Amino acid sequence: MWPRRRFITALASAAALPAAAQFRIEVSGVGATQIPLVVATFRDEDKARTPIAAIVRADLQRSGLFRPAETPLALDERSTIVTTEWRERGADALVAGSLTRLADGRFDIRFKLWDAVKGEQLISQGARVVVDGDLRLAAHRIADEVHEKLTGERGVYATRIAYVVKNGRRYSLHITDADGEGGQVALASPEPIISPAWSPSGMQIAYVSFEMQKAVVWVQDLLSGERRVLANFRGSNSAPAWSPDGRQLALTLSRDGISQLYVMPAAGGGNPRRLTTSNAIDTEAVYSPDGATIYFVSDRGGGPQIYKVPAAGGNAERVSFNGAYNISPAISPDGKLLAYITRQGNAFKLMLQELDGGAVRALSDTQDDESPSFAPNGRLLVYATRQQGRDVLMTTTLDGKIKTRLLTSGADMREPAWGPFVA
Amino acid sequence: MNFDTRILVLSALAAAALAGCSSTPLTDTSAPVETRTPVTASGAGATQSPGATASGTPQSRVTTVDLAAQNAAAAAAAAAAVSAQRVVYFDFDSFSIKDEFKPAIDGHAKLLSSNRTKRIKIEGHTDERGGSEYNLALGQKRAEAVAKSLELLGVADQQVEAVSFGKERPAAVGHDEDAWAKNRRAELKDR
Repeated sequence: MWPRRRFITALASAAALPAAAQFRIEVSGVGATQIPLVVATFRDEDKARTPIAAIVRADLQRSGLFRPAETPLALDERSTIVTTEWRERGADALVAGSLTRLADGRFDIRFKLWDAVKGEQLISQGARVVVDGDLRLAAHRIADEVHEKLTGERGVYATRIAYVVKNGRRYSLHITDADGEGGQVALASPEPIISPAWSPSGMQIAYVSFEMQKAVVWVQDLLSGERRVLANFRGSNSAPAWSPDGRQLALTLSRDGISQLYVMPAAGGGNPRRLTTSNAIDTEAVYSPDGATIYFVSDRGGGPQIYKVPAAGGNAERVSFNGAYNISPAISPDGKLLAYITRQGNAFKLMLQELDGGAVRALSDTQDDESPSFAPNGRLLVYATRQQGRDVLMTTTLDGKIKTRLLTSGADMREPAWGPFVA
Repeated sequence: MNFDTRILVLSALAAAALAGCSSTPLTDTSAPVETRTPVTASGAGATQSPGATASGTPQSRVTTVDLAAQNAAAAAAAAAAVSAQRVVYFDFDSFSIKDEFKPAIDGHAKLLSSNRTKRIKIEGHTDERGGSEYNLALGQKRAEAVAKSLELLGVADQQVEAVSFGKERPAAVGHDEDAWAKNRRAELKDR
């Protein structure tokens, strides 16, 4: 299929993605059609320590929607490109660019995207100036822009994922790029950490920590590391969920004798407003994208099922009807899909339900799925599962066909939360 | 006979009478006198004396019953038994307290009721199956069930705090019913 010409060098191994020693990604499954494209090494990118073109290629390959290749030719955004020549060589698109170091130490990145099928430039003035530490992010943003132009959908390569690592008796809350690189630890603790929740701005994260020998909800600023207790009432405080405007959080508090839903201002203080009044467990609240509805788990009917209630208060209505045990709801960014975990016998499986109509399908082949979280473009889910005795993170497309497995050596990963788009 | 002579005669007669008493031999026919040594409580050093039982316990022994000491010993034994029984186990998806654990809860209730300064913390746990948050709530329900039982038995609300670790702090690692059963529990800890 690929002509063996000197213009194009296919990647030596499709699965050999640049990977840190700690975080490996394995892709299984491919898209029905994969767009072949060439991403040329950016001129002078070797002057920085960040391999811009390789990151773009790896991002696009990981989506399962592209077959990226290199070229030995020295190209940049000013090169004259005859798109028909590239088309003949089997490339549907070409990316070329350059990196220039400025006097103040920052880098000026320029690039173009040619569509070889249509014979036109889809991106003609890609440009940004960044500090050295943001070069990876800049490469991810280029991949996002290429992805969007060629598929019509927004890419999530420049987003981040939060998750908890358990290593013996040490727990840490990690923040990494969506490709698993650039991992940073937000919190390291000798006690468990669960339920990380990104603020809509991506600047803060709420979570439950057991450092006080009970479940307490904290909010932490990622840039500064400053943290504060949001809820430490009698009993357990957990399951924080931000409202889409970032002003409030829904929480589970057991202060009145049983786990119920409450709403508190994100700034803290004041008396929590009680949202549910059942004699059962109500927990795992998530807001709908328009902020008007809260979906949650309740066992008021016997076993845990997913319900919804108006965020301003009112009657709860049941939403899940397949199976006797349904937990961990996640709502897609367009508000139309509900991902959750169902128990079938001894297996816990990831399911996807259309909220309008109720059609349900399974998304995984594994038996111990937990904590689904949608990517902000609504096209992918990240979740935790167990494979070969290890707790790992997986992503999947919504048709279940393309999956990536993220694993780190020697430690268990759990509780993933996909961060928002950031400007 | 003059006065002096009469005194002499009387004296002589008195002396003769007295001499006659002391010189008359009497036959002694009274019962033999027994020699008794007091028997100590332990019986050590006691001489075997006639009239004692064959086992050696003296007839007039009195054993002391000290109610205060008895109560203290029983309370200590009960506290030891209760201290050993600090874990209540539960069935899957359940927060009902099974009959076999009610005596342990009774024991803790007695200790707490008799000492109002004593406080305990009840930590609820679940096995590893299922999500973290639902299990946190289920563990809380288990802890609250034990707390409620104590309060019904007279323990004050301020003496008890119920919290949950959900599935985050298993007592037994393992992925089978044997391990799961050991993790579905509520632990009573002194505060």
